[in-house]
Amino acid sequence: MQFLNGITLLLIFQLIGEFGARLLDIPVPGPVIGMLLLFLALAVRRSVPPSLDTASSTLLSHLSLLFVPAGVGMMIHFERITGEWLPIAVALLGSTVITMLASALIMAGTSRLFAPGERQDD
Amino acid sequence: MTDAGIATIWVYLSTTPLLGLTITLVAYGIAYRTYLWAGSNPLLHPVVLAVTMLILFLVATDTPYEAYFTGGQFVHFLLGPATVALAIPLYQQLPKIRRLWLPVLITLVSGVTIGALSSVALARLFGASLQTQLSLAPKSVTAPVAMGISEQIGGLPSLTAVMVVATGILGAILGTKLFALLRIRDDSVKGIAMGITAHGIGTARAFQVSTEMGAFSGLAMALSTFTTALVLPWLLQWLGWLG
Repeated sequence: MQFLNGITLLLIFQLIGEFGARLLDIPVPGPVIGMLLLFLALAVRRSVPPSLDTASSTLLSHLSLLFVPAGVGMMIHFERITGEWLPIAVALLGSTVITMLASALIMAGTSRLFAPGERQDD
Repeated sequence: MTDAGIATIWVYLSTTPLLGLTITLVAYGIAYRTYLWAGSNPLLHPVVLAVTMLILFLVATDTPYEAYFTGGQFVHFLLGPATVALAIPLYQQLPKIRRLWLPVLITLVSGVTIGALSSVALARLFGASLQTQLSLAPKSVTAPVAMGISEQIGGLPSLTAVMVVATGILGAILGTKLFALLRIRDDSVKGIAMGITAHGIGTARAFQVSTEMGAFSGLAMALSTFTTALVLPWLLQWLGWLG
């Protein structure tokens, strides 16, 4: 029952998010708005109900599985991907490395600058 | 049972959601066990193994992707509630987020811009078609959002979905190695970089390292989704890269 209650709450917040996104015509997906609303609700309530905790840890522990059907979609773009494999490979690999390094360095630098003493080296 | 009888049953089963759903779960189960058995080797990421197995199976049995997706969509659907569920680990890191909001904000805006522009620029430089370039632009945000942005700027949403998954896997594989190289040990820094670059797949990897890294990755993923949706179409238009 805990899991069921939790997943119901998640779906309700997703539904409110979808509704809000369309009503206000914001180009942001419903689930993301749902997440921010749930975050605000938890911040006001100041605790996480056990049912939500159960449902979210179950869903998040198998997050990778949820990307599999989209990944299989590669098969319908097989020709384009083989035809343009070099630019696609360079863009994916290069941009992933650049973004990861730049974000990590900027975050490390700005943390030291704006929140000194926050670093917890282990 | 005759061959014709089996063929009839196959024709029936291959169009029901049951088949697509079952093979998705079976393939993931095998992939996940293989990944654990190989000592969590990132090159054997369960998404890579499961997708490879499924494509081989579908090609071998001559099953179109649309038929597979009638079942696969049930798993795909759970991305929505899973995105909402990221609010919980996020809330649990609230005190730390409160202290770090300015570094997070600066990193977010610059990281999102660098990510989108570097992918389009590299694809242009190496001669990708305009449609491919635009499909690559939103590759660092979570699949449902990236597909929406792709459609808005003139890319191919389903190609974008593949680029998003590929980026997530690359980020999950390379991230921890790059952090070791840079000697970055702070889990909040690692999480933010992972979430900006590699969305949900990177976040799943981050949760394996620590709850703190996972929560920060989830935070960065959520906020970069907003930032990208608001900034990217305008930025590409301003640069004249929409063709």
